[in-house]
Amino acid sequence: MKHTISVLLQNKPGVLSRVTGLFSGRGFNIESLSVAQTLEQDVSCLTLVTSGEDTIIEQITKQLHKLIDVIKVTDMCEHDNVEREMALIRVKAEAHTRAEVLRIIDIFRGKVIDVGPKSYVLEITGKASKLQAVIDILRPIGIQEIVRSGTIAMTRAQKS
Amino acid sequence: MKLTGAQAFLKCLEEHGVEVIFGYPGGALIDVYDELMKNDKIHHVLTRHEQAAVHAADAYGRIKGSVGVALVTSGPGATNAVTGIASAYLDSIPLIVFTGQVPTKLIGNDAFQEVDIVGITRPITKHNYLVKDADDLVPIIREAFHLAKTGRPGPVLIDMPKDVLATRITYPEAKTISMRTYKPTYEPHPGQIEKACQAMLKAKKPVIYAGGGVILSDSNEELTSLARQLNIPVTMTLMGLGGFPGTDPLSMGMLGMHGTYYANMAVANCDLLIAVGARFDDRVTGRIDAFAPHAEIIHIDIDPSSISKNVRVDIPIVADCKNALVAINAWFARSSEFNAKECLEKNRPWHEQIKEWKTKHPLGYVEETDIIKPQFVIQKLHELTGGDAIITTEVGQHQMWTAQFYHFNKPRQWATSGGLGVMGYGFPAAIGAQMAAPDKVVIDIAGDGSIQMNIQELATCKQEKLPVKVAILNNGYLGMVRQWQELFYNKQYSSTVMEVAPDFVKVAEAYGAVGLRATKPSEVEPVIREALKINNTVFMDFVIAREEGVYPMVPAGKATTEMLLV
Repeated sequence: MKHTISVLLQNKPGVLSRVTGLFSGRGFNIESLSVAQTLEQDVSCLTLVTSGEDTIIEQITKQLHKLIDVIKVTDMCEHDNVEREMALIRVKAEAHTRAEVLRIIDIFRGKVIDVGPKSYVLEITGKASKLQAVIDILRPIGIQEIVRSGTIAMTRAQKS
Repeated sequence: MKLTGAQAFLKCLEEHGVEVIFGYPGGALIDVYDELMKNDKIHHVLTRHEQAAVHAADAYGRIKGSVGVALVTSGPGATNAVTGIASAYLDSIPLIVFTGQVPTKLIGNDAFQEVDIVGITRPITKHNYLVKDADDLVPIIREAFHLAKTGRPGPVLIDMPKDVLATRITYPEAKTISMRTYKPTYEPHPGQIEKACQAMLKAKKPVIYAGGGVILSDSNEELTSLARQLNIPVTMTLMGLGGFPGTDPLSMGMLGMHGTYYANMAVANCDLLIAVGARFDDRVTGRIDAFAPHAEIIHIDIDPSSISKNVRVDIPIVADCKNALVAINAWFARSSEFNAKECLEKNRPWHEQIKEWKTKHPLGYVEETDIIKPQFVIQKLHELTGGDAIITTEVGQHQMWTAQFYHFNKPRQWATSGGLGVMGYGFPAAIGAQMAAPDKVVIDIAGDGSIQMNIQELATCKQEKLPVKVAILNNGYLGMVRQWQELFYNKQYSSTVMEVAPDFVKVAEAYGAVGLRATKPSEVEPVIREALKINNTVFMDFVIAREEGVYPMVPAGKATTEMLLV
């Protein structure tokens, strides 16, 4: 099963390599990864998506926690959370397809962020499944390039 | 007053009570060595190889119960230290390795003797540091000592660029260390203690499985009193030997691949397994699904990631072993449900069963009159040292024979490379041990293969005038691999025959040490007696039965009940 794990860590050189080294050294898998600074300048948030049986996920979270530079590890699957990815898609946009591309991107609430004579660059955010849907629909029109970010996630506000 | 980085480095070691360090100089460390010469509080032991410096520091820490310190230069000095660091990491030994580094400005330039040792040692250290600012040096050293010895102990590496060591700084005042990201759990959860004690009350066939954590947390007394009070038989891992008296009637010796028949049978049939500071290593468990299949498992460990890593655990207790055992003993002391007599009665059939196993397949070997059996040498060493010597080993058959036949009664009299299994560990470890305990008899039990991996340390022994004794069980083979080849690879002794070997007596003499040799069983005792009398480093070359095997043996991947016996 897929798990999104959020890791707060010290914003210092080499810390990312401790995390990725742990994954490669113990044969765990990283499907996507995203890191940036948090509100606190010396703390980064790393979000990674991995998959495995519960025992593997338990080891992953324990081993992450064991790293001296790691402050907090949260398995987002244990919480109600929101997740997003972003994709930049360069798609062919010629006279007969320009309007259709715009319609599609509008339906998915994406944006055109660069316009060329024969192509658009589109920006789409959403869950992985939504990005996949956009890609599937645009594919027949002609996708020239895709860049996708890793997943980022946040827990939802508590209801009560 | 301002100090250079090198001066601050030594002052900070003094601050932590360091009296002995093991090392090897080099260009990047020349400032430190310059200061060391003027320092009369810290004794530097010059080993003849950086790997030996780290092993010696490791064993020094093990025997003394403190943090060992090694100092090696940049580049090859640092890479030579890697084996020692990895060994300490796998055995959870508190250790700090200081490495020299090229000046900060040259880092990343592929400078002379530059290597990214922080990158290289990331997966084999508890934590590591590159000191980029001289003002950080002392706080980092303090943090490193804190990390090395607290929680699950382990090696910490500090990489010190040459310019940092030359920069003048103000020595910062000591303050208590508090790390936002590192707070080990020492105290057990009372609810878990309750559950564990209830399980112990109920159990009819309990076994204690004690590991290196018992030694590291100095909880042998608490463990012993628990076992005796509840009449629970105890088996130990290689790292746990000495955590419970090996000659106690409740001791079943070591378990696992070369463990005793009765320890493995007891674990396979027990209804409660109490793991204390042990990590269910593959050499202990054998085929994992056949390990303690009928048992409820209690696991006490300070490292949460050790729990349920290899084997599912029913009652996990994350805590320092000592605190957990104190809490368990206190629970029984105040429990109205516990009655020692009833407990004895309840376990009686279990003890009878174990006795039967002990009688059926005791630990033993076939004695011979004209050829020296290695087990006989260990027994004699045990007898003639009163079981009181500090023993180190290399890795291989001799290591297992030692674990089986030198019955350790006390903690911190035993140093072996358990997890990594380093040939070449024992001799430098004996140097570290002798530095830690100058008045004790220290014996490295070695094989003829492994002694050659760090034999150059004879020079260190001579220089420090250390009366270290080395017992070489010489069978002319890399015996353990040969044994596997004999059993599982059609006796094809590929590269395990030591066709060329030195005359160990002459090697010892060449270094100014003493060499003795025994080729017949009747010579074993006189050789040991003489060696123990000599106030010098002694090599005892025991020419042993060439193809003697280590038994019992659980073939790799088999259930621990599928033992090959003598």
